[in-house]
Amino acid sequence: MGVNLTLVGQLITFTLFVLFTMKFVWPPLTAAMNERTKRIADGLAAAEKGQEAQADAEKQVEAAMLAARTEAADLVAQAQKRSNDMVVEAKDTAVAEGERMLEAARAQIEQESNAARDKLRGEVAALALAGAEKILAREIDAASHEQMLNELAGQL
Amino acid sequence: MMALNLDTLFFSTLLGLVFITVFGLAARRATSGVPGKLQNFVEVIVEFIDTSVKESFHGPREFVAPLALTIFVWTFLWNLMDLVPVDLLPIMGTWFGLEYLRVVPAADMSATFALSLSVFFLILVYSVKGKGWGGFAKEMLFHPFGSFPLLVPANVLLNIVELLAKPLSLSLRLFGNLYAGELIFILIALLPWWAQWVPGLGWAIYHILVITLQAFIFMTLTVVYLSLAYEEH
Repeated sequence: MGVNLTLVGQLITFTLFVLFTMKFVWPPLTAAMNERTKRIADGLAAAEKGQEAQADAEKQVEAAMLAARTEAADLVAQAQKRSNDMVVEAKDTAVAEGERMLEAARAQIEQESNAARDKLRGEVAALALAGAEKILAREIDAASHEQMLNELAGQL
Repeated sequence: MMALNLDTLFFSTLLGLVFITVFGLAARRATSGVPGKLQNFVEVIVEFIDTSVKESFHGPREFVAPLALTIFVWTFLWNLMDLVPVDLLPIMGTWFGLEYLRVVPAADMSATFALSLSVFFLILVYSVKGKGWGGFAKEMLFHPFGSFPLLVPANVLLNIVELLAKPLSLSLRLFGNLYAGELIFILIALLPWWAQWVPGLGWAIYHILVITLQAFIFMTLTVVYLSLAYEEH
């Protein structure tokens, strides 16, 4: 078998076949392949984006946590300060109240001692009067000597 | 009868090397990122095979899936030689003193039987692997008619026929399709040269379908047979 027209016919057929394949078989195959590549690329990109989003969210959460923690610490400090203030205030009030009560007690004592002194004075006056009465052994007009006696009592 | 079909051995080995080289190259250069063109192509095929194996074989796939891939791609490449102009390579062969050259390994019964006998051997291996020696023997003796002693010979006969029919049908189907295809191409080549392109083109286009389908059928049936052998009935 040598090179003859049959081979030429076959080569023509083969050429046409290759053209047919190029035109009708190859494009859908390459299209499908390209689509697959694109899908993979898109998927990988989406995954990366998702990861980035997650990292962002984590960062945000961290920031929020930090803010919350700071706020909580502030609140605690404030509360502590307030409670300290209240203790101090209560102490001050208590001291003032004590002093006030002490003052009142002092005033009462003063008053009572004054009253006792007055009463004592009266009694001394009466005693002196009785003494004088006994000494003089005669009736003294209490009314006429009252002023003198009172003067005497006032000097005590 | 003991002759070696060197042409078949040569082309099948060459095509096997093509397969291993292309797929090996893609595997070695594979990235987990966006695949390149070659990787994408190989991935499409591997994924396709893996899904079809997954559908019909429910055991461990680490051997069956690569086997299916090899059978599919290798057989496809064997068949693909059918689309090369029938006289082109034989004429080139005559320049090197080759009187006779068969370029389509799938149109050689020795090649298709070699492949299907390997599958037959694997069917036996998987039968024992899946059911154990006892289970396999029991199925050979008591299936499908039951364990009544008189029926055992009938069971064995039927099972042997069934077992042998698998590699026989596998190889004859592939050989028949591709041999017939090649024969038609040769017949077309007998037409006057200016009239060849009409039937030639039609037959070639039709053969895009046939060669893919035959490779796929050989692979799928292999997987199905292995699955039948492996699974308990």
